Amino acid sequence: MSSWLDYTINGLIVGNVYALVAVGLALIFGVSRLINFAQGSIYLVGAYIGWVAVVQLHTPLPLTIIFVAVVAALVGLIIERFGLRPLQNSVRIAPLLATIGISFVLDQLVMLTFSPNPRALPSQLPDVRFQVGGGTIGPLDLLIAGVGISSAVLLFVFLRYSKLGWAVRAASQDRDAAMQMGVDVNRVNQAVFGIAAALGGVSGLLVGMYYNQIDTAMSLQATLKGVVAEVVGGAGNVPGAVVGSLLLGLVESYGVAVFGTSYRNLFAFLLLVVVLVLRPNGLFASARQAPPEPLTGTFIAPSRPVRIPRWALLVAAAVFAILPLLPVSFYVLQTLINAWLLGMLALSLTLVAGTIGQVSLGHAALLAIGAYTSALLSLTLSVPVGLAIIAGGLMSAALGTILISPSFRLRGHYVSIATLAIGEIVSLVILNWESVTRGPIGISGIPPLSLFGYDLISPTSVYWFSFAVMVVLALLQARLLSSHLGRSFRAIRDDDVAARAYGLSLNRYKSLAFIFGGFAAGVSGGIAAHLYSYINHETFNTQQSILALTVVILGGLGNVVGAIVGAVALVGLPEVFRIAAEYRILIYGIVLLLLVRFRPQGLLGTI
Amino acid sequence: MAEAHAPLLSLRGLTRRFGGLTAVDGIDLDLAKGGLVSIIGPNGAGKTTLFNLVTGLDRPDAGEVRFEGQDITGLSPERLAGRGIARTFQLGRVFGNLSVMDNVLIGAHTRLRAVKPAVPVIGPLLELGLALLRPSSVKAEEERLREEVKAILARFGERLLPRIDQPAYSLSYANRRRVEIARALALKPRLLLLDEPTAGMNPSETAEMQALVAELKAEGLTILLIEHKLEMVMRLSDRVIVMDEGQKIAEGPGEEVRNDPKVIEAYLGHGLSGTAEQESAA
Ligand SMILES: Nc1ncnc2c1ncn2[C@@H]1O[C@H](COP(=O)(O)OP(=O)(O)OP(=O)(O)O)[C@@H](O)[C@H]1O
Ligand SMILES: [Mg+2]
Repeated sequence: MSSWLDYTINGLIVGNVYALVAVGLALIFGVSRLINFAQGSIYLVGAYIGWVAVVQLHTPLPLTIIFVAVVAALVGLIIERFGLRPLQNSVRIAPLLATIGISFVLDQLVMLTFSPNPRALPSQLPDVRFQVGGGTIGPLDLLIAGVGISSAVLLFVFLRYSKLGWAVRAASQDRDAAMQMGVDVNRVNQAVFGIAAALGGVSGLLVGMYYNQIDTAMSLQATLKGVVAEVVGGAGNVPGAVVGSLLLGLVESYGVAVFGTSYRNLFAFLLLVVVLVLRPNGLFASARQAPPEPLTGTFIAPSRPVRIPRWALLVAAAVFAILPLLPVSFYVLQTLINAWLLGMLALSLTLVAGTIGQVSLGHAALLAIGAYTSALLSLTLSVPVGLAIIAGGLMSAALGTILISPSFRLRGHYVSIATLAIGEIVSLVILNWESVTRGPIGISGIPPLSLFGYDLISPTSVYWFSFAVMVVLALLQARLLSSHLGRSFRAIRDDDVAARAYGLSLNRYKSLAFIFGGFAAGVSGGIAAHLYSYINHETFNTQQSILALTVVILGGLGNVVGAIVGAVALVGLPEVFRIAAEYRILIYGIVLLLLVRFRPQGLLGTI
Repeated sequence: MAEAHAPLLSLRGLTRRFGGLTAVDGIDLDLAKGGLVSIIGPNGAGKTTLFNLVTGLDRPDAGEVRFEGQDITGLSPERLAGRGIARTFQLGRVFGNLSVMDNVLIGAHTRLRAVKPAVPVIGPLLELGLALLRPSSVKAEEERLREEVKAILARFGERLLPRIDQPAYSLSYANRRRVEIARALALKPRLLLLDEPTAGMNPSETAEMQALVAELKAEGLTILLIEHKLEMVMRLSDRVIVMDEGQKIAEGPGEEVRNDPKVIEAYLGHGLSGTAEQESAA
C-alpha cells in the first residue's frame, strides 16, 4: 500500500518535470505549428549550466535557478533568431529539420565542453524525508512541485493579463488573423521561445538534482518525453500538456512498479503510439477536422533535379568497381565500405522521407531488425550468411512496415514523432527480450560475410560485395521510381488529399514504400552485423537515423544518385580532412542546418 | 417521370456541422445522368463543404448520398474515385513536383488494370512486383494511358501540350487549373464536380473554360458545378441551386433563380457578391 503512494508521488513529481518541457513545446507548437526537437537540448544545457553554478560557482539555490533560466532563455532566443526566423517563408519540412540540426549541434557542444561522462549534480537541499501517509517525501520533491506550480501560475498570468501574452494567444488561435490585427509575430515567437527555453532549462536542472546525475544522453530522452506528454495532451494545448505530463509520469511510475525499471520508456512510447493512433489530436481535442486546402508543393522545396548523363554514371560506377585493383590503401576501402552501407540506408530513407514524404527519424530501427535477424539466423540456425542477409531484409520490410503502419494516418511532424518513438520501442524491445535477443549482452561471434560457401574476409571482397549490393538496390529503386508507383508515391507526398481523391490508398502505397525501403535498410543492417561480428541494442541508434537523414537532404530528397553521393561525401570528407570522431556529429548537424537554410533541395535536387 | 429515371446522384438531408456552425444544413439535391446543376451562393455558404461530403473527404453528420442508386454516404475518397466520381479543388491541388503528364496520369490511376491485379491480400505485393518487372501488358497499358493523356491535353489547345514535361509548380495559375481538369477527365468520370473552375481567370480564359465545360456536357458528362460567375452559370446549367448559410434557399432554372428576391437578398445581405452583381448587370 505504502509503496503505491510512493510510486504515485514519484509519478507526479516526474510528471511535473515533464510538464516543464512539454509546456514549452506546446507554446511553440501553438504559435508556429512546429515541434521543437531541440527542446531536450535546452534541457541538457540547463542541467550543465546548473552543474557549473552549483559545483563551480557555489551559487545558492534561488540564484542557481534564476541563472539557469536566464542562460537557457538566451539559448532559446538565439535558436529562434538565427535558426528558425530565416526559415519563416520556407517549405514546411525546413523548420523541422532545422530543430533536429540545432539539437545535434547543441548536444555535441555540451559533450565537447563537458565530456560525455556522467557527472553528479548535487541537490542543494537537505537530504531528509518526511513521512506522508504511507509514503515519504523530500524537500526536493516539494521544490519540484513548487517550481512546477509557480511556473504554471506565472505562465497563466502572463498569457491572460499581459499584452504580449494576449498576442501569443491570438497568434496561436489564428496566426494570419493575428498578423492582420497588427500582432508582431517575431516578438511573439521570441517570447515563446524564451519562455519555453527557460522552463526547459530549469527542468533539466531539477532532474539532474533529482537523480544526482547528468549526462548528454538526457537530451533525446527529454525531447521524447516532452513530445509524448505534449501529444497526449493535444499539440499546442498548454493545459493539456500539463495533464499529459502528469499522466505520463504516473503511467511510467506504475509501469516501473509492476515490470521494472528497464520498461520505463517502453510505456512512454507505447502511450504515445496508442494516443497517436486513437486520438491523433490528443486526449482533449474534439472535432475531426478536415485539413485546410494548402498551396501546392509546399512540403518539400520544388526544384529541378540535376540531370546526370548515363555515361557519367557508368564511368563513376566503373571507377569504383575497379578501385580495389588500383594501389589504394585498405583504409580507403574500409571508408568506402562504410559509405556503401550508409548508402543503402540512405536509399531506403530517401524513398520513405523523400519520395513519399514520411520523414522517418527512427530509420536505424530497420537496420537493427535486419541485423538481428541475419545474425540470429546464421548463428542459431546456421543459415548461410547470404540467405540470412536477404532474410534480414525481408524481416525488416515486413516487421518495419507493420510497426510503422500506425503512423500512416498521420502527417508531417507527427510522422517524425511516431517513427522516432517506434524506433525507440524497437531498441527497447531488443534490450528487454532477452530470450531471443540476448538483451544487454548483445550478440557476439556473428559469422563473417560469405557467399556460396566462400568467406569474404579481405577488405577487397567485402568492398566488392557491399558495392554490388548497393548498386543493385539503387538500380531497383530507380526502376521503381520510373514506374507508376514512383509517381503515385510522389503524388501522395505532394498532396495526400488530392491523391486520395484520385483513388490512391495511403495505406497501400505507404506500405509499399516501407516494404521496399525496409528491405534495403534491413540488408544494410544484415551486412553490418556480419562485418562487425558483434551487435547490441545500441549499435544502431538515433544518431545513425539522423546521419542518414542528413545524407538524404544533402543528396536531394528522393534522389537515388544523390543518396549515394551524399553517403560518400558525409563518410568520406571527414576522413579526407581527418576530422576527429567526436567533432563529426557536430559537423553533420551544422551541414544539416546550412543545407536547410541555403540549399534545401540538396546537391542534386529533389525528385 | 422523375420516378422512372433514378437520378445519378441524389442527396437527402445532408448536414455537416463544425462546432456551432452548420456549414451544410439539410441539403436535398437530384442530378440526372447527363445533367449539369450549378450551386451558387455567397462566400461561406457551404458549397465546398457540400462537395467534400459528396466526394468522401468529409463525412456528414446526418443525411444520405446516393450514387447510381447505391448508398455511398461516408465511403472513403479512394472508393468513390473508383466508382467514377472526380473533382477539382477550389484553391487548386495539383501535385507540384510532378510533371503535367504525371499529374494527369494520376487521374487515370483508378483505371490501371494490368499493373494492379484485383487480388486480395497479396494484391499490393503483386503491384510492386509488376511495377519492377514490367511485363509487356503493363508497358502497353502505360503507353495507352500516355497517349490518352496527350489526347486530353490536346483539348486545351496549345496551353498544356508544350509543357507536358514541366513540373506543375512552374505553370501559371490558369494552367494549373487546367491540369486539374485534365486530371479529372483522365479518370473517365461518371460524375464530375468542378469547384470554381474559373476562379482567378481573366475573361478570355473564362470563356475558354466555359466552352470546354459546354463541350463536356454535350458529350454526355454529368456535372455538378460551383461557380461565382453567373453569366457562365446561366449559360450552362440545367438547374441552379442557391445556398446560403448552409441551406438551400432557391432552386430552379437560372433565370427564375436569378430574380428570386431571397437570392438577391442573400447576396446583397452579405455584401460579398461583387463578382456576382457585375456579372448579372452585364
Ligand atoms: N474544416 C473546417 N472546420 C471548421 N469550419 C469550416 C471547415 N471547413 C469549412 N468551414 C466553415 O464552413 C463554412 C462553409 O465553408 P465553405 O468552404 O463550404 O463555403 P463556400 O460556400 O465554399 O465558400 P466560398 O465561396 O468562399 O468558397 C464557412 O463558414 C467555413 O468557415
Ligand atoms: Mg468554396
